[in-house]
Amino acid sequence: MSKLEIKDLHATVTTDTGDSEILRGVSLTVESGTTSAIMGPNGSGKSTLAYVLAGHPKYTVTSGTVTLDGEDVLGMSVDERARAGLFLAMQYPVEIPGVSVSNFLRTSITALRGEAPKLRTWTKDMKEAMSDLQMDPAFASRNVNEGFSGGEKKRHEILQLGLMEPKIAILDETDSGLDVDALKVVSEGVNRFQQKTNAGVLLITHYTRILKYIKPDVVHVFVDGRIVETGGPELANSLEADGYERFSVAKA
Amino acid sequence: MSAVATAPAKDLAPKILSRDPGDFEIPKGREEEWRYTPIRKMQDFFIPQSWGSVGALSSPFVEIVGPDDPRLSTTWMPTDRISAIAFAGTKKVVLITIPAEHIVEESIVVNLAGEMLNNYAHIEVQVGKFSRSQIVIIHDSTANVSGSIVTEVGDQAELTLLSVLDAEAPLKQHWNWTTNVGRDSRFLGLSISLGGEVVRIVPSVNYRAPGGSAEMLGAFLLEGDQFQEHRILVNHTEPHCVSNVVYKGALSGQGAHSVWVGDVLVRREAIGIQTYELNRNLLLNDGPRADSVPNLELETGDVVSAGHASATGRFDDEQLFYLQSRGIPESVARQLVVRGFFVDVLNKVHDQSLRENLMERIEMRLGMVTHA
Ligand SMILES: Nc1ncnc2c1ncn2[C@@H]1O[C@H](COP(=O)(O)OP(=O)(O)O)[C@@H](O)[C@H]1O
Ligand SMILES: [Mg+2]
Repeated sequence: MSKLEIKDLHATVTTDTGDSEILRGVSLTVESGTTSAIMGPNGSGKSTLAYVLAGHPKYTVTSGTVTLDGEDVLGMSVDERARAGLFLAMQYPVEIPGVSVSNFLRTSITALRGEAPKLRTWTKDMKEAMSDLQMDPAFASRNVNEGFSGGEKKRHEILQLGLMEPKIAILDETDSGLDVDALKVVSEGVNRFQQKTNAGVLLITHYTRILKYIKPDVVHVFVDGRIVETGGPELANSLEADGYERFSVAKA
Repeated sequence: MSAVATAPAKDLAPKILSRDPGDFEIPKGREEEWRYTPIRKMQDFFIPQSWGSVGALSSPFVEIVGPDDPRLSTTWMPTDRISAIAFAGTKKVVLITIPAEHIVEESIVVNLAGEMLNNYAHIEVQVGKFSRSQIVIIHDSTANVSGSIVTEVGDQAELTLLSVLDAEAPLKQHWNWTTNVGRDSRFLGLSISLGGEVVRIVPSVNYRAPGGSAEMLGAFLLEGDQFQEHRILVNHTEPHCVSNVVYKGALSGQGAHSVWVGDVLVRREAIGIQTYELNRNLLLNDGPRADSVPNLELETGDVVSAGHASATGRFDDEQLFYLQSRGIPESVARQLVVRGFFVDVLNKVHDQSLRENLMERIEMRLGMVTHA
């Protein structure tokens, strides 16, 4: 059993015009075997939350705590967090010229496990994981995210999720930019991973569409850098019907 | 087919050809071809000196001859004062000869060695028709050198010429490379230049007949306040030839300065050619400066393809973050990114152990921990 606990998290981003506070007191918990959805309007700080949890250097935590099974996450470097069992599927994965997908995945798995995977089982595992996500085997020899379509980038993120098997997975708008078929394939990938590993999932999304395929236990509404309401799956339905208007009004 | 408009080429080709240093003026620094160079640091290179000569061990295909040896090219002419002085001053020529129709599987490795701290050099590479070979020139990394490499690639020959300059001391080296490409022959020039206080390399490619192909690839690395200039001239005078120039540079330190100039001239007669040139520079921190000047001059629009590209960018923290977020430690992540940056150039080094060795030298220079 694993538990990610976020308590009263405040964070700022440094821009040309100074520091501005984006996260204004976020508290939430994600446990093994559960799925929490975070839903909120554009610009509300969802990606910032994801980046802060992963340790992106652009953001500064000004107060609050994050622990994974009691360990202080904020004191860890980016790679230590990953090795501790945190994974972030990014909204906008970056290109890494000259580094092939297979080399990248192997290097990552070697770092995560502390030893290089056996070549034969590794090749087989990778092939299987790719075919589960309906990815062409030739994909492995392409450079990381270079020239990938939006859908290919998201499949590649979920491919990593399946191979890296984190304890807690944060998925930042993995659904955006996917057509219905791709959305199904990717969602099945997430569900397969969770069934296999019993990991905790924090699903960040702007739309309710993906919740047809990935069923959340808890839905948090995220507005202006904090959670303004928490409920069950039915909360997502009311958001679908009414949008985020009522929360914005409440804020004003 | 070309996207580039044709324009009369302002004459970039050298105007004076002579073996007499007195035929050239001492550059003042304002001349187009010297305007980036810190010529103050190279004053000694422009005045004849009593310097030593660069030699190498004799071996199959490699011998040391005098500058008046009758086998040497009589048509080669220096195009600037610095090369004329070097040729007039050297007492030795390293002559590398591959007989016609000879296929040499093993790389021919030539370790250059100067006699003193300061030296002149002249290397001549004569590759016979229908031959195939790979020549690796390892420059003397403990000496200042001014010299030329003159290469004649016979008809339908294949030559890979790899030059490695890995200067750990604050050295000054100036090299003029002239390559003449024969009918239907294939030339691959690879220039790996790591370090040096002032390094200036001026490669030029001429085509002797139709159908030749020249690839010029470079990887260079600067630290501290080092200077490197790579000034390439490709002179398309023949139809149906190919040129491809790709140079990648990585710079760190506070005052490092690199210059890449790629002049490609396509003459009216050079119909049906394909040419492409690319320079990309990676700045590993704030401080270094990379000048990049691609220049394509087309006198004919009747080409298959013609293009150029140039970009200089900071080491991308987002790339590091992405790799680290997958558990990869920072040092390994940096190594992956830099390897990835140079991979398309280094992959052309077919000898695997040499390729690995070069990559490791680059990583060592960047102060990266090497991992198995
Ligand atoms: N790196 C950054 N630089 C400048 N502003 C940023 C940066 N990251 C986020 N912000 C600002 O923080 C706010 C929240 O952004 P983000 O976390 O991306 O929201 P969401 O993912 O909910 O759309 C926005 O106003 C955005 O402009
Ligand atoms: Mg976002």
